[in-house]
Amino acid sequence: MPKVLREKIKRIENIAPGIFLMNIESGYIAENAKPGQFVNIKCCEGLNALLRRPISICRVDRSEGTFDIVFQVKGTGTEFLCRKQAGETVDLIGPLGNSFDIDDKYENIAVVGGGIGIFPLLFLLNEKKATKKTAFLGFRNKELIVLRKEFEQASDKLNISTDDGSEGYNGLITDLLEKDIVQAGYDMIYTCGPTPMIKKVCNIADSSSIKCQVSLEQRMGCGIGACLVCACKTKYGDDWEYSHVCKDGPVFSSSEVIFE
Amino acid sequence: MKNINTQVNIAGLKLKNPVITASGSFGFGREYSEYMDLNKLGGISVKGLTLKPRQGNRPPRIAETPAGILNSVGLQNPGVEAFIKNEIPFLRQFDTAIIANIAGNTVEDYCQMAEILSDADIDAIELNLSCPNTKEGCMIFGISPNGVASITNQVKKYCKKPLIVKLTPNVTNIMAIAEAAEAGGADAVSLINTILGMAIDINTRRPILANNFGGLSGPAVKPVALRMVYEAATRVKIPVIGMGGISTADDAIEFMLAGASAVMVGTANFAYPAVCVEIADGIATYIQKHNYDNIYDIIGKLELNT
Ligand SMILES: Cc1cc2nc3c(=O)[nH]c(=O)nc-3n(C[C@H](O)[C@H](O)[C@H](O)COP(=O)(O)OP(=O)(O)OC[C@H]3O[C@@H](n4cnc5c(N)ncnc54)[C@H](O)[C@@H]3O)c2cc1C
Ligand SMILES: Cc1cc2nc3c(=O)[nH]c(=O)nc-3n(C[C@H](O)[C@H](O)[C@H](O)COP(=O)(O)O)c2cc1C
Ligand code: FES
Repeated sequence: MPKVLREKIKRIENIAPGIFLMNIESGYIAENAKPGQFVNIKCCEGLNALLRRPISICRVDRSEGTFDIVFQVKGTGTEFLCRKQAGETVDLIGPLGNSFDIDDKYENIAVVGGGIGIFPLLFLLNEKKATKKTAFLGFRNKELIVLRKEFEQASDKLNISTDDGSEGYNGLITDLLEKDIVQAGYDMIYTCGPTPMIKKVCNIADSSSIKCQVSLEQRMGCGIGACLVCACKTKYGDDWEYSHVCKDGPVFSSSEVIFE
Repeated sequence: MKNINTQVNIAGLKLKNPVITASGSFGFGREYSEYMDLNKLGGISVKGLTLKPRQGNRPPRIAETPAGILNSVGLQNPGVEAFIKNEIPFLRQFDTAIIANIAGNTVEDYCQMAEILSDADIDAIELNLSCPNTKEGCMIFGISPNGVASITNQVKKYCKKPLIVKLTPNVTNIMAIAEAAEAGGADAVSLINTILGMAIDINTRRPILANNFGGLSGPAVKPVALRMVYEAATRVKIPVIGMGGISTADDAIEFMLAGASAVMVGTANFAYPAVCVEIADGIATYIQKHNYDNIYDIIGKLELNT
């Protein structure tokens, strides 16, 4: 069950231009979080950044009772958040949302992430027991590549692409997935990132009849399923309905999401 | 500590304290019940109901603006029958007033819903004449005194519960509108609903909301809401329920001094899920600190500068 928590920041580190890793002491989150879930953070008190900001849980350390989030500075909220110091507290609600299906029956999995969408996938790789795990990560350029070592350790093979070719494959990460898909024999693909990317991943998975789960983003109000602002279109019988990313998601099966 | 009585009576509706969750911010209470004790609320105004289920508007449905938010949910809800069947039994487990907020496209819709809900186990009906977020626009009923008087009068014929008429701030003269609701037979008025607004993404050159426009709420609207509540309260004899940007007990007390018999809290719940309990406790503390006997010692006790 999610809780409102005031937790102590143990460490905050600027790991790439505009990207910060925050290590937070929270036995509760470490104990209860599942891959795909997020925390909703009040980035500052008062009237600035009025709403909480959703950020994925990237890693947990159960023995230490801590967890990591990694976030990119985008606007007011994340700007306040990145100025917090070790020792200060952060007001958060979590763990929120549903989680990826990491059942043991999936034995050969791929994760496909782009930009800030890669973070929940690291948690997934670390929790997933699978005989084979392949990671595909796309970045804008070399400078923005983060957590490379962590992803290498958590997977059997790490593929990297950059939009400008400054590191790894020059182009879209979905190109690499597409090339690999026939002989790789994946039985599950997990994806999170920009909409054009996840759409493509869903198409690739569907055309190869491989199961696929996608983590969606949407602007949120309450983050707990009450205000209904975070709508996303999903199938409902032969019809469709608006589901809600914060409560019904953020993880959906590719066969239920309707991209517009 | 002496036991502070913050009970208020609004048009036959007894509230244990004057703090009610505002429609649309609180769903049907289920989600928030994990974060707070719903028994501590004066009441819950549920998500706006329509006769038939509605899916609402395309996302994005929210944009944060300075000290506020714009929303364009567009009344996504399961419909009045599903509410009665699935939500009332849940809400009734708690000792708090249930207010059914309703919206329609036609006068007949409103009347039919009032009739159906009059036989349901709820405590009051709140007529939403002011939703800015549907294409058909139920706001159309709320922007002229004649429109408000006439629809209130029609619905009243079918309504066996206390009838609260919720007013839109998107008008030039709120006093005339409040008087019209009273003349039409309203047992109380609530205000304000959201103020029509807009936010633009300068990189895409498009509005952030898929719906282009949305309703502004949160602290940004408070001064406007307070003025309107004051104006309405000076004009009508029926109770006024005040809302718009209330985030603290101090905010709530301002509205009560301005003439509100109770308050509703919407946007503030998003940041702090248990804020309504804090506001209710804060009002009790204020009454105690000033040695007042009860809540009626603050309602409408504003003294204007001369
Ligand atoms: C489930 C989920 C998990 C996420 N995980 C991460 C993560 O691990 N790391 C990370 O860097 N970012 C993540 N994001 C995106 C992050 O929430 C936004 O970048 C952040 O809210 C921007 O806030 P801001 O105040 O800096 O930007 P502003 O542009 O000032 O924000 C204005 C408003 O828009 C909302 N908003 C803006 N961009 C987004 C977005 N992409 N998604 C949802 N709401 C948005 C904000 O929450 C805020 O309400 C996640 C989003 C979701 C929905
Ligand atoms: C997301 C959201 C949904 C809303 N939905 C409704 C609704 O269904 N019916 C209604 O009468 N008012 C609705 N409102 C308006 C609120 O009940 C309230 O009038 C307004 O938000 C001002 O109060 P606040 O500043 O405390 O939020 C909604 C407001 C928000 C923010
Ligand atoms: S953010 Fe309120 S329902 Fe999802």
